[in-house]
Amino acid sequence: MPCLPSANTPFAMKISLLLLSVIFSSLCASCASVKPWQREHLADYTMRPARDPLTDSISEHVWFTREAFAGGRGVGGGGCGCN
Amino acid sequence: MNRRSFLKNTSPLLAGLLGLPPALNAAGWKAETPLPELASFGLEGALPHTKGRVVYLDFWASWCAPCKSSFPVLNRWHEELSPKGLTILGVSVDETALEMRNFLTRTSAAFAIVRDANHKLVAAADVSTMPTAFLIGRKGIVRHIHNGFHPKDEALLSTQINALLAER
Repeated sequence: MPCLPSANTPFAMKISLLLLSVIFSSLCASCASVKPWQREHLADYTMRPARDPLTDSISEHVWFTREAFAGGRGVGGGGCGCN
Repeated sequence: MNRRSFLKNTSPLLAGLLGLPPALNAAGWKAETPLPELASFGLEGALPHTKGRVVYLDFWASWCAPCKSSFPVLNRWHEELSPKGLTILGVSVDETALEMRNFLTRTSAAFAIVRDANHKLVAAADVSTMPTAFLIGRKGIVRHIHNGFHPKDEALLSTQINALLAER
């Protein structure tokens, strides 16, 4: 396979390919660190998963109706009724 | 190019890719180092007179609950210790001035407040949590750094502030 480095490929070429692969993989990274002073939107009330008890109970009811089990979200147990 | 010289030439690039320079540069403010000139950071608002005074520099935000709980304590310190040489400077890191103003209408602040609109100052300080307070001595040297705020911290902070005020 001509596109892969072989035993005859110069060392500099191998390192260059390694660097290119590192650059490419760093561009693919989807994680970003958020500094403490940049957490304004993360600290917003709307970012809370359980901010509205009524919505939670409705979602729980829909889940129970569709999946035929209750619990397993926010309470102990997996909805098997055994605990 | 031999192997050694190639590695020597390319190692800074590789280190850059691995994020090492940011880790080295993000030293932030450390204890026993001089406080940078605050006027050079483009802060919104009037900076108080700090020369020869003990400075309690507090990074806060309107969305930060411990920051809110610290304000009554800071107001009390300002009232009691300002005549003795303490200057409290609250640096807001809110994204908009409106959010800061709305917070300040609900929570009064008797001490000086400025806004770090472009986050230059807080990035230079590289705080690890909100709020973070830097206690600066009369000679402009950072003496103590406090991460977060809890009511139980008040006694320790008060002791440190009074010790700095006693220094000449």
